[in-house]
Amino acid sequence: MSDLDQAQQRLLALHEAAQPSDGGDAVATLRREARAAFAEQGLPTTRMEEWRYTNLAPLARLDLAEPAQEPVDCPPPDVPAHVQFANGVRSEGAAALPAGVSIDGLGDGADLGQLAPAKEHPFVALNTAFLLDAARVRVEAGAQVDEPVRLDFATVGEVPRLCQPRVLLQAAPRSRATVVIDLRSATEQGGFLRNAVIETHVEDDAELRVVLLERSHPEDVVVTHFASRQGRNARLETHTVTLGGRLVRNDLSAVLAGEGAECRLLGLFLAAGDDVIDNHTLVDHAVPHGRSDELYKGVLAENGRGVFRGRVLVRPDAQKTDASQSNPNLLLHDGAEIDTKPQLEIHADDVRCSHGSAIGRLDPEALYYLRARGIDEPDARRLLTEGFAAEILAGLPVADLGESLGEHLRERLGALGS
Amino acid sequence: MTALLEIRDLHAKAGDAEILQGIDLTIQPGEVHAIMGPNGSGKSTLAGVLSGRPSFEVTQGTVRYDGRDLLELEIEERAREGIFLAFQYPVEIPGITNNYFLKAALNAHRKHKGLEEFDAMDFMTLVREKMKIVEMPKDLMGRSINEGFSGGEKKRNEVLQMLLLEPRLAIMDETDSGLDIDALRVVATGANHLRGPERGMLVITHYQRLLDYIQPDFVHVLSEGKIVRSGGKELAHELEAKGYGWLEVEPPAEGAPA
Repeated sequence: MSDLDQAQQRLLALHEAAQPSDGGDAVATLRREARAAFAEQGLPTTRMEEWRYTNLAPLARLDLAEPAQEPVDCPPPDVPAHVQFANGVRSEGAAALPAGVSIDGLGDGADLGQLAPAKEHPFVALNTAFLLDAARVRVEAGAQVDEPVRLDFATVGEVPRLCQPRVLLQAAPRSRATVVIDLRSATEQGGFLRNAVIETHVEDDAELRVVLLERSHPEDVVVTHFASRQGRNARLETHTVTLGGRLVRNDLSAVLAGEGAECRLLGLFLAAGDDVIDNHTLVDHAVPHGRSDELYKGVLAENGRGVFRGRVLVRPDAQKTDASQSNPNLLLHDGAEIDTKPQLEIHADDVRCSHGSAIGRLDPEALYYLRARGIDEPDARRLLTEGFAAEILAGLPVADLGESLGEHLRERLGALGS
Repeated sequence: MTALLEIRDLHAKAGDAEILQGIDLTIQPGEVHAIMGPNGSGKSTLAGVLSGRPSFEVTQGTVRYDGRDLLELEIEERAREGIFLAFQYPVEIPGITNNYFLKAALNAHRKHKGLEEFDAMDFMTLVREKMKIVEMPKDLMGRSINEGFSGGEKKRNEVLQMLLLEPRLAIMDETDSGLDIDALRVVATGANHLRGPERGMLVITHYQRLLDYIQPDFVHVLSEGKIVRSGGKELAHELEAKGYGWLEVEPPAEGAPA
């Protein structure tokens, strides 16, 4: 039996031990089917095209306790959240919800799994098999919500656990809102497996911005599955910021199902130490007049490794599609590595598509300029790296986040070897 | 008195090309020296070698700055010890605001001198005062370093940095190139602000025009990596009138090849 097979068996055994049972018959069925789907699919190996560059061996080495059942103490987030989960167990958030927004729990589970079917993704199956709670966020039709809605998911405690956030975002027609999903490690203890599933519906003429923060312990294994579907003239913006993690895999897909839909996918990742950070994205242009624009920037330091695979699919009906994609990467050290692969699949003839990826080092001329003004070389390198990241951080729709993440990044960069 | 800068028999290469082929030059505190010369004569190489540009290799000779071996110092050490190079082509750096950059540079200097670092308020007060001298638009401080700046704005930004950092030896590398007369006047005003008995200045230019505004004490003509003639400020006018071709037919300066 391979290591991954054994890891799968251990996860199934955790499932036996946890015996999740709340939530009524519909949820029980969802869980049962998902468990079967996970048992059948197993954990992906590098023989599978989608996982070619990312070996799950670090996951196989984790020694995980079962998911928490009782609320646990947790250091609060920097800014009070509207709903808080610690190790997957909910506690009421400190902040009052803005008008036009509601957050519910699992409910009958009927609206879960539509965009992220357990049968197709082993990690979605794993998440669904243990389904105990969820944050179902709904923005009412026509609501214009300025205050960002904040969801906080922390891993805490001294025992590494399986922790599986589940989110459903629904932006009803003509609404406008910003949601921040903070997936953070709030413990000195590493070795957690955080496996999040986020399904997002942006209905006709709605506009939704989602900020996905992943701040993990260097020993954590993290999988985040984000699947969205947009209606007519709907606009989605995602900002995915990933700072470290032993192994991080983000699967992000945006289906532009209504005419005139537009999405912007922005990302920033920093892989240092032995981090591996893998971003897989898919933009699916299914109908005409869609626009998509994607920019992921990678910073690879020390022995960090990054993977970017951006697939843009333009289906035969999707005439007048305008799609662009770009993945610039900055390599700071010789041991760092990035595998980048933009992939356009165009099946329509009247479209405008562009893509590009780049791998570069710090500009020696810029480094010389800063040093010629008296700035130490390590500080100059850090400044230039911050400058590279600034395009994404400055574009965050929540100003205080840009600043606190900038600080966080500065600390991380300051601690790097030269 | 210790010379501010003492260059002896300086040879330097860029890749395989010998660019500087034996420069001798001494600058005393309070003096302004101009270096003129045709394109490719080695003017910018000399500026680069003095500031520590990594692409040049010194193969022979010595440079002493205030009595110390300059060539042993790192780029940032030279800067903090008071050498400032105004770049011919200031570098555009996206994502870092000019404000943040200048504050970091100034505080690096202050820290080196054992002074307390400036906070945002102290810094803004000082920078506003200096910005007036170079007539610099306020919005340039909040923008990325030199990004999208016009040619004139970039050069004003160089002189602004020079005024903030108050170097003991200011080297201006063709700061006049591509400037209209108004910008030229502003840049020269900035430079003249710095003149003083403790400071030296090395003004590199292709044209005599800038030297009408920054009056040098000495003018040197560089050709094929050597100083072929030295004189007072009248030498600049002579060059302007006769062109660099004049050097080819006139007897060379002492020590230059026949």
